[in-house]
Amino acid sequence: MADNDPNLVDLGFLDARIKLIDIAAFLDRLDRHGQADDYRVDALRKAFSELNSQEAGRAARVLDALSDHTEEPIEAAVIQGAFGAPLKTR
Amino acid sequence: MVSRTMDDYMALACAGCKAVNEPAFWAGFDRASAQGFYDYFRQITEYEPRRAAKFCIEHYCWLCINPKEAEDPGLAREVISLIPEFLKKPNVLGIGEIGLNKNSRNELMILEEHIQLAEDHGQLILVHTPHLEDKRKGTKLIIDALLNHPKLDPGRVIIDHVEEHTAPLVLDKGFWAGMTLYPESKVTPNRAIDMLEMYGCERVWMNSACDWGVSDPLSVPKAALEMRRRGYDDAFIDQIVYSNPAQFMGQSERFALK
Repeated sequence: MADNDPNLVDLGFLDARIKLIDIAAFLDRLDRHGQADDYRVDALRKAFSELNSQEAGRAARVLDALSDHTEEPIEAAVIQGAFGAPLKTR
Repeated sequence: MVSRTMDDYMALACAGCKAVNEPAFWAGFDRASAQGFYDYFRQITEYEPRRAAKFCIEHYCWLCINPKEAEDPGLAREVISLIPEFLKKPNVLGIGEIGLNKNSRNELMILEEHIQLAEDHGQLILVHTPHLEDKRKGTKLIIDALLNHPKLDPGRVIIDHVEEHTAPLVLDKGFWAGMTLYPESKVTPNRAIDMLEMYGCERVWMNSACDWGVSDPLSVPKAALEMRRRGYDDAFIDQIVYSNPAQFMGQSERFALK
């Protein structure tokens, strides 16, 4: 830890506030356009519970919630990109 | 740095950067032949060091076929066969960035062959881990593949693109962990500093993504500023942005900034 801890709320609160409102607005936007039924949005909603957790390690658990938990290599890579959430989240 | 302009070298020099290390990576499209890689290897071993030198920056690089192009084993093996010739170049630190992208069987097979190449030639290894939903699984598969080589010293391997859920997996096995910083995706400076607080400062480095996508060569200096804002002193910052990378890369006799 730093010797002289600054006020981390002062440093980070506004940024966190902006990001939280952005997420809320994103969900409203999907509802308005009828696009909320998507496996990636489902995965996000499941990960939201970590934000209310009182236990440290929230970031790692959110990342785990948005991760592929299978263990075997896939047969072949047919695409090169990634989507941010595994297909089998429902 | 091949996809950056001289302005970026100028900015890096003004920010106090002494050296850059450039992994062989995907060009944003698949190269059509091994000859394309031959020219690319010439670019990063011969031409790019001269560009960097104009700004008093040492340029180092790593060689491989990136996992995004490893799905075709025939092409990948042709490219791997070119590498030994280039390992003699004075700015080559090792094999990288190898690893996985979509965690496929062919990617894993070519990863194994790269690891063997590094072992056969006594080279350091720089590993790329997959992004987003593929990172957790890919990191575990990569660690297993590396541990299949009992003679390989984990202290000579850096596994890059760690995040909060994979950093402990990497560090617990004795590997180095790299945190690549991006301005708008993946790890931010603040999250990287959080990981230092959670997992410690040993065998960890930060690096700025400087590719053809949205990336910022000054991410590391900006992270240093963030560390200062969070109350860290110069000695701490120096360890993270200078001493640690110099310690890892200094395991290669080619690296001059000891």
